[in-house]
Amino acid sequence: MTEVLLARWQFGITSVYHFLFVPLTLGLSVLVAVMHTMYVKTDNEVYKKMTKFWGKLFLINFAMGVVTGIVQEFHFGMNWSEYSRFVGDIFGAPLAIEALLAFFLESTFLGLWIFGWDKLPKKLHALSIWLVAVGSNLSALWILIANSFMQHPVGYTIRNGRAEMTDFFALITNPHVFYQFPHTVLGGYATAAFFVMGISAYYLLRQKHMDLYRRSFKIAMIFGLISILAVTLVGHWQAQYLVQSQPMKMAAAEAQWETADPAAFALVAVVDEQRQTNSFEISIPKLLSFLSFNSFSGEVKGLKDLQAAAVAQYGPGNYLPPVSSLFWSFRIMVAAGGWLVLLSLLSFYYWRSNQLEAKPWLLKALLWSIPVPYLANTAGWYLAEVGRQPWIVYGLQKVEHAVSPGVTTGEIITTLIGFTLIYGILALAEVYLLVKFIQQGPDYRPETVDLPSTDKGVSLWT
Amino acid sequence: MDLNILWFILITVLFMGFFFLEGFDYGVGILLPFLGGNDTERRVIINTIGPVWDGNEVWLITAGGAAFAAFPNWYATLFSGFYLALFIILTGLIVRGVAFEFRSSDRNPVWRNLWDAMICAGSFISALLWGVALTNLLQGVPINDRMQYVGTFFDLLSPYTLAGGLTTLLVFTLHGALFISLKTEGELAQRAGSLAGKLGVLALPVFLLLILLTYVHTDLFGKSGAAAVLLGAAGCLALTWLLLRSGKNGWAFAVNGLTIVLFTVSIFWGLFPRVMVSSLRPEWSLTIYNASSSPYTLQVMTAVALVMVPVVLLYQGWTYWVFRRRVTVKDLHY
Ligand code: HDD
Ligand code: HEM
Ligand code: HEM
Repeated sequence: MTEVLLARWQFGITSVYHFLFVPLTLGLSVLVAVMHTMYVKTDNEVYKKMTKFWGKLFLINFAMGVVTGIVQEFHFGMNWSEYSRFVGDIFGAPLAIEALLAFFLESTFLGLWIFGWDKLPKKLHALSIWLVAVGSNLSALWILIANSFMQHPVGYTIRNGRAEMTDFFALITNPHVFYQFPHTVLGGYATAAFFVMGISAYYLLRQKHMDLYRRSFKIAMIFGLISILAVTLVGHWQAQYLVQSQPMKMAAAEAQWETADPAAFALVAVVDEQRQTNSFEISIPKLLSFLSFNSFSGEVKGLKDLQAAAVAQYGPGNYLPPVSSLFWSFRIMVAAGGWLVLLSLLSFYYWRSNQLEAKPWLLKALLWSIPVPYLANTAGWYLAEVGRQPWIVYGLQKVEHAVSPGVTTGEIITTLIGFTLIYGILALAEVYLLVKFIQQGPDYRPETVDLPSTDKGVSLWT
Repeated sequence: MDLNILWFILITVLFMGFFFLEGFDYGVGILLPFLGGNDTERRVIINTIGPVWDGNEVWLITAGGAAFAAFPNWYATLFSGFYLALFIILTGLIVRGVAFEFRSSDRNPVWRNLWDAMICAGSFISALLWGVALTNLLQGVPINDRMQYVGTFFDLLSPYTLAGGLTTLLVFTLHGALFISLKTEGELAQRAGSLAGKLGVLALPVFLLLILLTYVHTDLFGKSGAAAVLLGAAGCLALTWLLLRSGKNGWAFAVNGLTIVLFTVSIFWGLFPRVMVSSLRPEWSLTIYNASSSPYTLQVMTAVALVMVPVVLLYQGWTYWVFRRRVTVKDLHY
């Protein structure tokens, strides 16, 4: 049992870490591509500088996404070998396709873009960053097809003691993907938009490089407004869909112990998981029914009934995910979404009326809100992944049966500590660099320095 | 030919491509602090692989994904069995991957030396461990009747597998030295060339030792085809050295690449139709049949691969064409 717990911690830590970098890659690749296109169209040097500045931040972030991604790919075999055996017939396919279709595209054309400034014809060069953006978005699509299978298995049959694929088309048209993909990708776009807005606000506050950052701000603001509105809308649909497909997850996210019709929506609650009740809550009558079914009546199943139904279906056991943390992670995400919607509406309004730079409180709020989308992303994944507990593949395999039997506790602890340490150190280096580049502004170029060890021609032996 | 065989070949090809391409990336990384006397030279050296190293690494990611999709039991046994070894490789890949991006981003010499050391160490450890891993596949590791690896990390280390590691380490380093000599100019290129000569002197006897140990410890020589390919690899390595001596660095690079390709082929050929050999009992070995996905999945994946692989090869090849010129101080990004 300790192996399961440690392996879960390891997967949780490394996934959350990978997903700190992924959303920015998803959105910033698109934004940089837009800026580069404007440079090609207008031939205005400001856009070139802009492209290079945001491009540099993009690259620092991208490097971290890449190295943490490789860990993710190895993880399934290392820690979850029984899972890999059980679903490999299905789950391996999107992973392999992701590498073939997306990672090659992304990495190859990124190389071309970085080094192509005066080697490629202008238009072709701009095209290469667009292909990077397409690549990263395709990568999200295929990995989410894989993840959606775990959330909502389709197109399979149980044969030879494992899940075997029977319908590839069903796999890639999994209804879960239709919500998860847009929601996640748009969340990434919003992350990047608020990143660019926040940093542009920093310069606008200091009144430096105004031309460049005004334009950056405008591009990001439009992009951000559209994507944050879309994220919340899709999130709402996704929640409605989940009430049907994973009722247990949503009941936990709402801390809804009893079945009710109409059901009230709890704004805040103190959840008592021992006694299976909320010892305190502030709620709005009928709202949960409305959110779930677009109508003020409608039965929302409670956790206790769902637990009883799960026992009837799958045999004795505890099928409740951790309710309190799911309840709060959902609230954190939704609150973050609301806050970002508000910020982008305000920015839009003041920008339209030409008062943006006269509102330092708004610019400061934007700067300090850069972490908010990250919080929402992490809370969202927490909800998605922890909400399917105790299942690793919903209804088919439990997490405790998925872990590698041959791997010892000591080994997992070693790698858990190892990854945590390395990731911690890298995070510091990354933040240091980002802050440095942001402070130095758009004019920084890497240059040669004097290294202490300059005796030429050192060789392995002479 | 059934699809199981096709996928075995495809995965072999992916590893071939990975070792050929990432081989010189590793070599360049290992040599960085030794060949790069000053910062300019180091930047030139890093920029020789700058545009391509990530794309080269994707060959590994694809090979892993393909193994997962086509032979899930292989992926599961291998990755959980070689647990700590893979962890060490991963740390190597992590630190060197970020180091390329990080090292020139700050002017502080301590910072730069630190990340240069990371590039070197990360490349060194990975280059070494891939050889250890390959020879372990062939030699056999303790796998029980339920496809579980039952050994420890230290079971993976033996004189034979260490010879395997030393071989890949030296051959990749040589590959990197040759690559630098082709991609840079003037004195740096010359130094890389002469270093390659010395590495050749070291690599050849180690490789011959590996062949000897392969004869003793594995059943590879039971297959005359695989044995011939392995000897062919040794021949190529010798030829590399000869070509170097007559100053034909371009040819030497190509022939050394062939060494890597043939070596990979011989290992996989020696394995076939097994994918992992059980040292406990032959019938507990994993094969392309008992480790594979269902026929349906293999069909789907074959269709995808037939469409995608040529496209990928085309545009990746084109990148190498775009960056075919030697790197000078004028085109430094990192
Ligand atoms: C900027 C990021 C962001 C923002 C503002 C929101 N979300 Fe979200 N959410 C994500 C980023 C995200 C995510 C990281 O992309 C997740 C994790 C898994 C997934 O499908 O998307 C997620 C998951 C997720 C899930 C669980 C999906 C599952 O279990 O498969 C639900 C129900 C919602 N979201 C609903 C919402 C609602 C109603 C929001 C309204 C304000 C909202 N999200 C804002
Ligand atoms: C789309 C690809 C993903 C897949 C296939 C996937 C799969 C998994 C698996 C196999 C586990 C371990 C078993 C378990 O505890 O259920 C897990 C746990 C977890 N994942 Fe994901 N994951 C994905 C993406 C992410 C991302 C991007 C994040 C975070 C940002 C994330 C957050 C977590 C967390 C927090 C856990 C720990 C949950 C727990 O153990 O209680 N996942 N996921
Ligand atoms: C747990 C499952 C996951 C695995 C196995 C995985 C695997 C990988 C790998 C191997 C890379 C490196 C690619 C390269 O070398 O170029 C990578 C990067 C990337 N991944 Fe993941 N990933 C996972 C989760 C996710 C999720 C959930 C998303 C998006 C929704 C995502 C999106 C990306 C993107 C956009 C990149 C590009 C580089 C970057 O992040 O900066 N990944 N991933």
